Amino acid sequence: MSLAHRIIPCLDTDGQRVVKGVNFVGLRDAGDPVALAARYNREGADELVVLDIAASRDRRPTFLETIRRVAAELAIPLTAGGGIRTREDGRAVVRAGADKITVNTAAVERPELISELSLEFGAQAVVLAIDAKRAGGHWDVMVRGGRESASLDAIEWAKKGVQFGAGEILLTSVDRDGTQMGFDTTLTSAISRAVSVPVIASGGAKLPEHFVDVFKEGAADAALAASIFHDGVQSIRTLKEFLAARGVEVRLSC
Amino acid sequence: MRVTIVDYGAGNVPSVERALERLGAESQRTPSPDDISKAEALLLPGVGHYAALVRALDEQNMRAALIGAIQRGVPFLGICLGLQVLYQSSEEAPQLGGLDLLPGTVCALPSNVKLPHMGWNQVAARRSSRLLDGIESSAYFYFAHSYAVRDSQEASAATCWHGATFAAVVEKHNIFAVQFHPEKSGDAGARLLQNFLKIAA
Repeated sequence: MSLAHRIIPCLDTDGQRVVKGVNFVGLRDAGDPVALAARYNREGADELVVLDIAASRDRRPTFLETIRRVAAELAIPLTAGGGIRTREDGRAVVRAGADKITVNTAAVERPELISELSLEFGAQAVVLAIDAKRAGGHWDVMVRGGRESASLDAIEWAKKGVQFGAGEILLTSVDRDGTQMGFDTTLTSAISRAVSVPVIASGGAKLPEHFVDVFKEGAADAALAASIFHDGVQSIRTLKEFLAARGVEVRLSC
Repeated sequence: MRVTIVDYGAGNVPSVERALERLGAESQRTPSPDDISKAEALLLPGVGHYAALVRALDEQNMRAALIGAIQRGVPFLGICLGLQVLYQSSEEAPQLGGLDLLPGTVCALPSNVKLPHMGWNQVAARRSSRLLDGIESSAYFYFAHSYAVRDSQEASAATCWHGATFAAVVEKHNIFAVQFHPEKSGDAGARLLQNFLKIAA
């Protein structure tokens, strides 16, 4: 009896539509986050993440409505984020039905945001998203959708984020994201062993073996992917059966 | 029968409401001591910091109404912090007393494991449990917490392990409580809520 490794599909949205890599077999409307959420909930996803990938103020009400409609479909936890800059932004996302909030660029600019959210909603509700890119012998923290360097060491920032009150780290390898070459297990393991909170690995997944590697070698607590699930390259159920057969503890029932 | 959800102003009330709605149960969310006193069945969902829950119960005069109703035998289900607050106190906010309906205290989980204890875990039944009736022993439930009731308590019907053994399902007379989130625990969680509705009916 121990904690299962989590498989987490991620919906990148423009506020109301899923925007990348959607070619889901058997869905009448593949870009509809609500239809995808219902499907993942049925198929045994352990959590769901919904991100507003180009968050802007005027689109915020649309995104909140998306969170409300997605949350209504789920009997599993929901994490939402993208453009969360203030405690009020976080509150709106939680009120709409999210169990956890992700913060990224705004937390780099003002780490106190993590503490504010953690004090109000509890550390278990605050996920620090870190986009990390290899730079020589270390990893740099990238902000603004992975485009700009924040001139911070990813391991140091992860530790600091936890001190500020983050209850989980969502770690994306910018180098691997979109490549389908597999997770960066070296990066994941370095961060996972440096912090006391669970780490969700993201970026580069394609094959079931990639998930085995990130749990065994990368010491990840959870693994996140987007398009391979949306496109039907991987079914969550088949993936979990594969992991179980390889000795990785997963939740097979729904 | 209608379930009265104690709404102390934080946390996961909408997800609990939706889970009950899916089971066809009627619910009412309220912060009113009068409503709590008149309740046929009570549900206290909790998430976040122990102090926020205890302060809200006191500032909104819900403590006495809640204790009174539970002592009169109204079926009660506590979720997460709603389990922890049944005990005497918590290390998370030592200066604030809990409802003191069950003996024992809430302690931090040991720091040799990742905290919060976040994700899906299994529970081990210590005796027959009405809440777990019909749920397979291999079922997983969703946990998200760093504090727990670690003492071996006679009220604890099932335990879980994360660095230490702690109470996962508590049942004593009309008092029912779970450390995990049934409203976020898929089919197994839905069955557990349904079991509570049956007990309360």
